[in-house]
Formats: sequence, C-alpha cells, structure tokens
Amino acid sequence: MKVELTVNGKEITADVEDRMLLVHFLRDVADLTATNIGCETTSCGACTVLLDGESVKSCTVLAAQADGRSVTTLEGLASDAGQMHPVQQAFHEEHGLQCGYCTPGMVMAIVSLLKENPSPTEAEVRAGLEGNICRCTGYHNIVKAALSAAAAGVDR
Amino acid sequence: MSILGTRVIRTEDPRLLTVGGVYVDDLREPELDGAARATFVRSTVAHALITGIDASAALEQPGVIAVLTVADMDDMPPPPPAGEFDPDAPAVEGPLPLGGPWSEPLLAVDRVRFVGEPVAIVLTDSTYQGEDAAELVSVDYAPLPAVPSIAAALAAGSLLFPDAGTNVCQKGGHDTSDEAIFDGCDIVVEGDIVNQRVACLPMEGRSTAAAFRDGKLTVWTSTQNAQLSRLILTAVGLPPDAIRVVAPDVGGGFGAKIGVDRESILIAWAAKHIGRPVRWVETRNENLLAMTQGRAQELHIKIGGSRDGHIKAYRLNVIQDTGAYARMSGFLPSLTVLMAPGVYDIPAVQADYKVVVTDGTPISAYRGAGRPEAAATIERAVDWFAAEAGLDPAQVRKLNFIRPEQFPFVTKTGAPYDSGEYEAALDKVLAKAGYTELRAEQRRRREAGEVRQLGIGLASYVEVTAGDAGAGETCKIDVHADGTATVYTGSSAHGQGHHTAFAMLVQAELGIPMDKVEVIHGDTDLIPDGVGTYASRSLQLGGSAVQKAAIEVRDEAARQAASLFEAAEADVVLDADSGLWQVRGDPDKSLTWAQVASQAEGGTLTANVRFTQAMPTFPFGAQLSVAEVDTETGKVTLLRHVSCDDAGPVLNPVLLEGQRHGGIAQGAAQALVEEVLYDADGNPLTSTLADYGAITAAELPSFELVTSETPTTLNPLGVKGIGEAGTIGATPAVQNAVIDAVSHLGVRHIDMPLTPERVWTAIQSAGLRQ
Repeated sequence: MKVELTVNGKEITADVEDRMLLVHFLRDVADLTATNIGCETTSCGACTVLLDGESVKSCTVLAAQADGRSVTTLEGLASDAGQMHPVQQAFHEEHGLQCGYCTPGMVMAIVSLLKENPSPTEAEVRAGLEGNICRCTGYHNIVKAALSAAAAGVDR
Repeated sequence: MSILGTRVIRTEDPRLLTVGGVYVDDLREPELDGAARATFVRSTVAHALITGIDASAALEQPGVIAVLTVADMDDMPPPPPAGEFDPDAPAVEGPLPLGGPWSEPLLAVDRVRFVGEPVAIVLTDSTYQGEDAAELVSVDYAPLPAVPSIAAALAAGSLLFPDAGTNVCQKGGHDTSDEAIFDGCDIVVEGDIVNQRVACLPMEGRSTAAAFRDGKLTVWTSTQNAQLSRLILTAVGLPPDAIRVVAPDVGGGFGAKIGVDRESILIAWAAKHIGRPVRWVETRNENLLAMTQGRAQELHIKIGGSRDGHIKAYRLNVIQDTGAYARMSGFLPSLTVLMAPGVYDIPAVQADYKVVVTDGTPISAYRGAGRPEAAATIERAVDWFAAEAGLDPAQVRKLNFIRPEQFPFVTKTGAPYDSGEYEAALDKVLAKAGYTELRAEQRRRREAGEVRQLGIGLASYVEVTAGDAGAGETCKIDVHADGTATVYTGSSAHGQGHHTAFAMLVQAELGIPMDKVEVIHGDTDLIPDGVGTYASRSLQLGGSAVQKAAIEVRDEAARQAASLFEAAEADVVLDADSGLWQVRGDPDKSLTWAQVASQAEGGTLTANVRFTQAMPTFPFGAQLSVAEVDTETGKVTLLRHVSCDDAGPVLNPVLLEGQRHGGIAQGAAQALVEEVLYDADGNPLTSTLADYGAITAAELPSFELVTSETPTTLNPLGVKGIGEAGTIGATPAVQNAVIDAVSHLGVRHIDMPLTPERVWTAIQSAGLRQ
C-alpha cells in the first residue's frame, strides 16, 4: 500500500507491505537508523518516536497507521544549526548514556514526558520511564538528565 | 594541571545523541549492498533426535535464496579430533568449549539439546520473507526426556551426551570432606541457596554481517573483542590473515559478547558459501533463547565459629548448571571457589565445584562471572552466622575482615589479594547511611508491628579483575605531522567510555588536547593484535598500554626535538600543559608536536606496545541497602542504596560513577526481579521481555556513592577494574536487606529473585513454623 509520512519535517511517500512496522519504515525506507529495535513486544522502548507529538513505540505501530501523520525521531531533535535539544544536551552533561542503544528511545520518551509534565518530581520521572529499559546506566544519570532538562526549561 | 582525575564528559556522546550509533543493523557499507537476511530455524524442543528436515515448502516462498542445514556444510574443515576426556582436569581458562564428547556443533547434527538451538539457516532478500519462510521449514523431532534442572542432570535419568556417559562435565576445587574444620565451633550454620539463572540482556542483541570477496572474509559483529572473534572465525576454514573483523558500535555486552557465538560463525560461513553478503540481527526472543546466560549455580554452605563472632571454618560446594553446552566449562565456578572466603580471614576454608549440563541455554560470563556468586554466598553465610550468634552483622564483619596490615594476603583458596581497606569501606557506608538511626527506625517499626517493615542489608566484597593480566593489552600511538594523534587500542569499547578515557591519558602525557586525539578500536586490519574488554580489564591493562605507548612516543619525540633544537636530549623537555617542546633554560624557543612529528621518518612518530601486568587486581568495597517490605503483600521497595567501591585512583569520576550505577542496578535486578525459567520439559518460560522482568527506573532509587581510592602497585596508573564491582556488592546487599526486614518474623532465608510471591510465602511459612 502507498503511505505518505512527514518524518522530521520531510515528506516521504512509499509503497510498502501492509504489515510493515513504523520502525522498519523509519530505518529501511527513510534510512534513519537512530531508532533501534530492542524487543518487538512494546516492552523496552528503544524504538520510541513521536507520532504527531506523542510518544509511541514504533515496533508496534504499522507504517499504515502513521499514514498522513508526522513522525519525529532522534535525528529530528537538534536545531537546523546543529544545536542539541535540551534533553540531548542534558544527557551529554549528566552522562545519561553509555552504549547508546536505548538512548534514542529514552531521549524521545523524556521529550514527551516533559511536554506532559514540565516540572516532574524524581518519582514521576521514574514512573514515566517504566516502559524504557536501559541496561548500562542503572537509570541514575538518565533520571538526573531528565530533571536537569526540566530545570533548564525544555520549551523555553 | 593534569586532566586525570577531573570530570570530563564523553567525547562519544554527541554522535550517539544526534544521529545515533552505528550498530551492525545500521551499517551501510558498500560491501554489504544486497546482503541476504539470515533467519535461524531453531529447535522448539529441549531434547530430541532430529529425524528429518524438509525445507521444500520454504524454498518455494518469494525471496528465499537458500535454506542451509548441516548437510550443506561440506565445505567446512572437519572439527578437531575428540580428545581424551578427563572430568578431573583443571578448569579451562577462558571461553573455550570442552571438546571431545562434549563438543558443540555449529548447526545441530542429529540431536538438539536446548530450545533455541540453531537447526537451519534461511537466507532471504528481506527480513519479513525470512520470518515467513522459517516457519515453513519442517523439522521432525523424536523427543527424549528433558534435563531441565541441576537435579535432573545429577539424577542422570537422561544423558545429553551419551558418549560421555554422565551429565557431569567437570569437577574441581579442593577436598571438602574434612569435618574436623568445624571442631570446636560454638555455632555451625548450614544450608542451601540458589544463585539463579539470569539473562545478560544487552539492549542490542547479537548481530553479525559478513562479506566474502577475493578470498577475504570481512565480518562486522557486535563483540567485546574483534581479535578473539577473528581467531574463533578461522573455524570457517580461513587463516586469520584472510579474515577482517570489525566491531562497530556495540550496544552493550556484559560478558555475553566475548568473542562470537556459533551463529556468527555460521553467518560468516553462509556468506562464503553462497557468495553473497549476509546479515543477521537477532530478535529479542532469539536473544532470550540463545544468547549465553549467567549465574545458574546451586550452592551448599556450612559456616562455623565462636559465639563471640569469630568465624573459624567455611565450606562451599558449588554446582554449576552450564546449560546445554560447556562454553566456559569449569571457569565460572572455579572463580566462585577462588573468591569463596571473600573479605574474611577465615582459618579453614574448603570449596569445590562440579559442572553439569542441562537443557538450558548455555551459560557463560555475565557481569562478574563467578565472583558475584561467591560474594552473594559468603555474605548470606555471614548474616546467618551473625543471626545465630545474636550479633550485629556489621560487627561480625568487622571482627573477621582481613586487616590492612595483612596485605598482600593469600587466602586459603589461593587468591593473592594485593591491597584492601575493608573496614574503612564498611565504616564509610555505615556513616553515610546513618546505620544507627536506620536500626532505631527498624526497631520502632518492629515494636509498633507496622505492616511495612524496614530491612538493612550489608555486603562487604572483594573481587578479582583482569584475571588474565599476563595477556595484557596492546596500544599503538601515531603522532602525525599536523600535530594530531591516533590511538589504536586492543581494548574494545561498548559503552564504557574508552575513547574519552584514553584520549585523556594521551593529553595528560603528551599535552596533545583531547579533541586532537582519535581513538580507534575493534578492527583487526588496523589492530591485528589485541585482547579486548571483559573482566574489568580495560583501564588497568588497556589504559596502562596507552600510557606506556605515549611515554615511548614522547621519548622518541624528545630525540627528534633535540636534533631540531641542536640541543642535548637531556635538556629537551615537554610542557604537558601546553604541548610544547622546549629547551631547559631557554623559554623563548619552542616546537609544536606538528614540527617535531614532521621531522620523524614518514612524518609520523609511532610507538607500538603491549602492557602486561604481573597479577590480577582485587578491588573491594562495601554496600548497604535499605528495603521496605509490605508484610501483607510481600512487595519490596528498595528505598536507598549506599555504595563504597574502591578501584584505586579515579581517572574520570564521570565514567567511574556510570560503571558503578549500572553495576548496582544489575546486581539489584538479580536480587529483586530477574530469573530465567524453564518448565519441567525444558521449555523456556521467559523468552520475551513481556515475560522476563528486566529491572526499570521505577523499581530503583538513585544511588548514594561514597569514594575510596586505594592504589595498586601492579600498574603505573594504580588502578583496578570497576566494571563489575557494583554488581558483585549490590546483589547480596539488596538480598540481605529484604531478608533483614522480615527476619524478626522468623524468616532466615529467601532465594532470589525476591518477588512479592516469594517474600509473602516465606513470611507465611515462618508464621506456621512459629
């Protein structure tokens, strides 16, 4: 079937299998490989992207479901001038990543979380990240990064 | 001022944070254009004979290039001859199969021994086609009785390797039959504990791509060491110099990516066999079925001592479930035996092990690899002993620690500890946590009979890092005519921050700023000789090699600079802050690295070194965990975790803390939630992340870290490993905390993971006993 998606501001039209998952569309059709696949069961959150501004796990969304809609991936976060998004910057400064595999999904989940709740408590951040697994950081610095991005005022 | 010891944020991050890492599935190398996708057909039964494989229906599917089975492998060299098997032979060091009757095939030959064992490979144009076709490969199995547990293996009702005549594939350790060691003990406590099987679970599973062109095989694989992988990949029948292995970005390893597994050898072979590049990226389901797992020990403990708290004798019998194939044979339990007495000066220690095969996924190294099991066991034993003696567990630990003046200290199991300040480490966590106040709060809740009880768990630990210190690590440094430097390290990053740490070392020695230092790892064409990253060895061996190479480059540069200055070499000095070469007493004249390197032959200054260390190092620490248990539901909440982990001087606190955080979380994960389970027929029950309870942010607190830095004299940096320490200390600290919370109800022990069901059941059974 034919789908038309806006990915990071760019329109992409393609003929895809009906069953194609959004994550495969992003990786194989749009050739945006930052979004990783970690589990295929909506458990780990590595594939988290924003669909019309809301976080979704792209391993369990069909490309067809995203037809006509707008997707933001990690690659679309920094400014055109290359300035990192405050959440990316906070991950860097707080050492919120190690191997980097969960990072794109983790960053997108936090962008979404802070949009819903710009000033979360630590407990709210931890509860909000329950669907994103990281195996390297013990979450300590990811939580710190989220809180520091919130304190810096993400949307300011 | 030296950059060493300062907080430097990582140079690796900007790329990972803006466009993402380049893992095997992300590679767009031209050599991989048109790569076939590999999908494995895996055994669906635990133990069976294969009576037939029919791929005809699969071959008719669109996009199917080939379905390969063991019958297609006639272009592989024959396996090495079966050696004589000696169950009492010393443990094999490193990730080597036992061979002989215990050999592990690449594709199943006529028998499968675990669910997930590779039986056939389907090669297709695309991933979805591979999933469809693999479903249609029909494999006929004649089921055999499963061996789903250690107990079943020992009962020997069913043999996985009939030629071996037993399910016990290795024995080792010391004689444990001398009951006299417990003579004169006022208190003797004995019991069984389980150190359960857990999944390593790197967020990126295994993945390999291979291309064979003009007689050369190139393999991109998610590994902790490209050089060892190359050696293993010679199994396809090519010499090492006809193979290039590249480790691109690697999404975590935790021990399960040391070298490569059979699947990766098969991908390399398949690419050569069909003359087309092949790529394989495992699903999480495959990962939970077939990536090596960790721990999987059952242990029998006996501990004795005097009523005043002195431990006099300790005995440990370890049974290692090695899964269907003995990837590491006795290596893991031999480390458990080596580290059995932990931080304590115990006059008599006996420890032995046996290794059995079962229908489980093969067991191999997982963060700590044999040492967490030792720490978890002795720390439970000490708590049992303290409880029996009616003494505070902190006090009993202090009474029995090896004292600072006793180092170097060789334990009764033969571990040569280099240095340690065990009591100081414990005192630091007790002070930071407010131990006295915590005990007072615990008493208050107990007396009030509150539903939510408080537990305080202690663990003092020592571990061994860089176990193969003698193998060392390699480093080559080039300083180029433009004044930049390139570091080629045999160590292999997969999240630890090697590039930042090693660039810091170069800046500190040479004054070449970090942003002018490129660090390269994981490519056997560029770095044919290297060892890799495991056993917390990277900074002490890899880092020391970087420093050694930097010093050699500096010495060579001094000769060049002397010639340019027309000065005596002894008068030439490098200002490591500015990176300028000068002549002593003549501050007006200076040369840059670019000028000095331009003078060298070929415009490059080079040093190529290997750093070896005489012995492993023995980092140590203490951890304290505070847990709350809801006695009506059994639910555990980890409230606090305080940790003092001493790995010597700190090169970059940012990286050190990251390693400690991650280690603590994995240790707590084993204590609280994680376990790989099989049913009575050997069917895995935890083969997706919907079933396997990986720990999340919601189940953990922020960690409270206390610093301690006791240098070793074994390497010039004075450093020890930190990658596994957190895990080794955290597991027993958390387990002890939960049990401590309900010990006043009569609970003496609960095996991990401490799920609400287990905790609730333990409380109920204790209530019935009382």
